[in-house]
Amino acid sequence: MDIQNCKILSNEKIAKNTYKMVLECNTKSITKPGQFINITLQDFYLRRPISVCDYDANSITIIYKILGQGTKSMASLTPDIILNCMIGLGNGFDITKSDKNPIIIGGGVGVPPLYRLAKELVKIGISPKVLLGFNIGEEVFLANEFSALGCEVLVATADGSIGHKGFVTELLDGIEYDYFFTCGPLAMLKAVCNMTISDGQISLEERMGCGFGACMGCSIMTHSGAKRICKEGPVFEKKELIW
Amino acid sequence: MVDISVSLGNINLPNPIIAASGTFGYGYEFSKYFNLNILGGISIKGTTLEPRFGNPTPRIAECYSGMINSVGMQNPGIKNVIGEQIPMLRKCFNNLILANIGGFSIGEFVACAKLVNECDDIGMLELNVSCPNLHADGENFGTSPEALKEVVKEVRKVLTKKPLYVKLTPNVTDIVKMAKICEEQGADGLSLINTLLGMRIDLATKKPIIANKMGGFSGKAIFPVALRAIYQVYQQVKIPIIGIGGVSSARDVIEMMLAGATAVQVGSQTLINPFAMKEIVANLPKVMAEYKINKIQDIIGGGH
Repeated sequence: MDIQNCKILSNEKIAKNTYKMVLECNTKSITKPGQFINITLQDFYLRRPISVCDYDANSITIIYKILGQGTKSMASLTPDIILNCMIGLGNGFDITKSDKNPIIIGGGVGVPPLYRLAKELVKIGISPKVLLGFNIGEEVFLANEFSALGCEVLVATADGSIGHKGFVTELLDGIEYDYFFTCGPLAMLKAVCNMTISDGQISLEERMGCGFGACMGCSIMTHSGAKRICKEGPVFEKKELIW
Repeated sequence: MVDISVSLGNINLPNPIIAASGTFGYGYEFSKYFNLNILGGISIKGTTLEPRFGNPTPRIAECYSGMINSVGMQNPGIKNVIGEQIPMLRKCFNNLILANIGGFSIGEFVACAKLVNECDDIGMLELNVSCPNLHADGENFGTSPEALKEVVKEVRKVLTKKPLYVKLTPNVTDIVKMAKICEEQGADGLSLINTLLGMRIDLATKKPIIANKMGGFSGKAIFPVALRAIYQVYQQVKIPIIGIGGVSSARDVIEMMLAGATAVQVGSQTLINPFAMKEIVANLPKVMAEYKINKIQDIIGGGH
């Protein structure tokens, strides 16, 4: 973990209520896909924890949805504004545990951290199938970017305007896989854990106080005791979670 | 050179800055961020006799210049804390360790106090009779004069080797009355204040954000409330006061000491900036110089 003042390089709308922000910063403290950054916003007391979608040596890309007053304020920020960020937080996805034929299942604003995960899997010669779920067609994002990595991408929307009409978990029918990675709304994660036949990793979220393990605000009970989503998580193995 | 050391009763601290309970875990995890020995003391995460997972989530809500927590004393229990957590902290920290102890009954407080009494690494027991997250509607030992008197009296009997500081709640009609009870029952000092009982409602769900509905309100916004409580209590009791509540800068530390605090705990500010205490300790001499203060101990209660 480190704290840096990061310059906004861009901040653009990419889908309904969904924005992509690129921040200039040193990313040496990021060690795994699925980690997050914690951003100080003017006039808000607590930082905003946002997952890292992608990064290179000198920048981080985040994708966020307007869900409250904080993200609403973020959406209005313009390039060159400096944001104080804690970088390299949490314990991300462990790709070494993946089998040869994994699937990635993402729902809504849970999709962004799965992009870097897919990239890392592709780097070690694994091409995951990617199942993405959104409420409506206007909310779909990153599907083309996953395809560009060489991944087979299937999309489900609740309104049926793009891809399969229904839940993303319905796309699991008939798909062969031996491992999964997932991030999305809690109900979707629960359904994924119930329906999948393999081991896998799940990225959780919770309202956080500090984001670095100090306040115990985001604890969950697991089969291996109490864990902090911000510190031991946000990624947990399926076998650890109690639903 | 200015002198930032203080004497908290018989305990000498290199500076008045103490990590507040519940915002710094058991300390050792933060030794990778900075040398903990720059701190005067560390008050450990509130500990109970038995292990506790704490309250359901969401446990955190944001407020204007502050936050609400409803963690509910998640801790591994006093035996684990004394056997494992405190020794790990002691390996990387030489100064004062305050054992913050919570409980549901006088028997539980007494049982914990007996164990604390025998632990050489603990310098002080901070009796947490004021956590708003253990009982319905924020009720606790610190909101009842009779219960407070009884718990302080019984803990004092068994805590023979350590100073006893009682951490009081601001959620009372008259905090001075509570402070006097503690002094009369033999407390060595007071920690003022714990969190204010508060809540937020989410407009999207139209329900309270916190799963337990209410929680402890902390952060910059409560600084004036803490300052007022310290000021009032300082006038009426002789035992030292550790000031707590919304401290986020070296200026706040000096202001709180002028109100009557001998030492000052930093809590929520650490959650938004893990280096906050390090920065405050570093800035303290500069702010003292700015206001022509040579020895910080000399300003305690100077605002009266």
